[in-house]
Amino acid sequence: MQQSIKIGVLAFHGDVIEHILSLKKAASKLNLSMEVLSVRTKKDIDHIDGLIIPGGESTTLYKLCEREGMLESIKKIKNIFGTCAGAILMAKAINNKTKDQKTLELMDIEIDRNAYGRQTDSFEKPIETSLGNLLAVFIRAPKIKSIGKSIIVIAKDADEIIACEQNISGCYYLALCFHPELTSTLFHEHFLKKISLNFTSTQS
Amino acid sequence: MVQKGTFKIKSGLAQMLKGGVIMDVVNAEQAKIAEEAGAVAVMALERVPSDIRAAGGVARMADPTKIKEIQAAVTIPVMAKCRIGHFVEAQILQALKVDFIDESEVLTPADEENHVDKTKFIVPFICGCRDLGEAFRRIEEGAAMIRTKGEAGTGNIVEAVRHIRAVNRGVEELKRLFKAKNQSRLKKIALDYRISFDLVLTTAKLGRLPVVNFAAGGVATPADAALCMQLGVDGVFVGSGIYKSSDPQKRARAIVDAVAHFTDAEKIAKASENLGEAMKGQEISTLTTKLAARGI
Repeated sequence: MQQSIKIGVLAFHGDVIEHILSLKKAASKLNLSMEVLSVRTKKDIDHIDGLIIPGGESTTLYKLCEREGMLESIKKIKNIFGTCAGAILMAKAINNKTKDQKTLELMDIEIDRNAYGRQTDSFEKPIETSLGNLLAVFIRAPKIKSIGKSIIVIAKDADEIIACEQNISGCYYLALCFHPELTSTLFHEHFLKKISLNFTSTQS
Repeated sequence: MVQKGTFKIKSGLAQMLKGGVIMDVVNAEQAKIAEEAGAVAVMALERVPSDIRAAGGVARMADPTKIKEIQAAVTIPVMAKCRIGHFVEAQILQALKVDFIDESEVLTPADEENHVDKTKFIVPFICGCRDLGEAFRRIEEGAAMIRTKGEAGTGNIVEAVRHIRAVNRGVEELKRLFKAKNQSRLKKIALDYRISFDLVLTTAKLGRLPVVNFAAGGVATPADAALCMQLGVDGVFVGSGIYKSSDPQKRARAIVDAVAHFTDAEKIAKASENLGEAMKGQEISTLTTKLAARGI
């Protein structure tokens, strides 16, 4: 009997429900046995195989994780997928930050917050990615300014990198500037596939 | 093709704010306190509602310099209020690139019959409601987010609770009728509310409002905020409750923590410790003007 994969979604704030629904749809498309957990405390992290950090305000999300004393536990999670604010939290370096703003410093990327401007500059457009095409929604979105050598680019919009991944010391990280959870399950399927591959190899 | 100002983009920002606290601020210093506390957005105002109440007279959109001052102070979204039906104030706020416009009963209404046609704007709008009918009418006018009206500036949560419950009751009724396949009754409700049958049906199927719904008006303590969350709203606005208390910094943070952990009574208890004096608050029956009754 196959054990189910446990995915947590950081649930203090942001578009949590949208990610949970996308995950469930993705798992059912892949015919994968999966459990989703809302993560609000350090204890919630103990048994998850992967974490999604949703869209929201990166400053708020970081503060709430810090107050909960869960930053170090998050850093130890093997698979992390972040969209928009989530991607900002995963970056090693950020620009246009608020005073003393910090991140988890997991991925070798430099990211600009609110890089397109305010909400009046938010937009949607169809994009091509190495995983397939989808409608991408950019809301007060960040831009990935520069990437390290081991980063794999998944999608670009003109010259801007808008989706990328990294395998580093046994960990897998996926960061997106837009919100696939509002329009597609493509990236959730990709994330689940990556985890289930690692999952099978560590179980056997 | 690149598209801006679509409903997906507008309601999308509201979706990102869920689970968060949005705080009224009147200057850069207060905006920074809000951001530091973990607010997900601020509402730029000339005066907080309790001062608007005390000052009397006509309350209007804030001075643009005030809004710019606050935009320059923080990196989180900045919202601002226009008067009900005052589409030129709304045009000005869009020109100032605020992130969300609150067409608000806290300001003196400019039009007694019409709200702003929100579909004509790129900036998303949030509007207040006291029941499901008001919420539906605002959504049909293009509102991308709803807040249940409390009685702003009173520090009294009773009106917010009344209106959250009224919306919940309305949605429960739709769910029940949908389950019973009572199409004719659902059509009658659409007619009574003066809105399309589609919106009624969508809501009945979803079992909730089709846009994000925050609580607003009268939130003074972490417990008030968590109460609204447990009653089912997606987030909380706090106005006078923070800066009319004795320790705004501490109270702002405590309310953020209580909303983030709204089902965890131990955490809310901890957040509620030693906050100093809450704002004094007012009995609803003593009020000469009830703001929530504006713009139905």
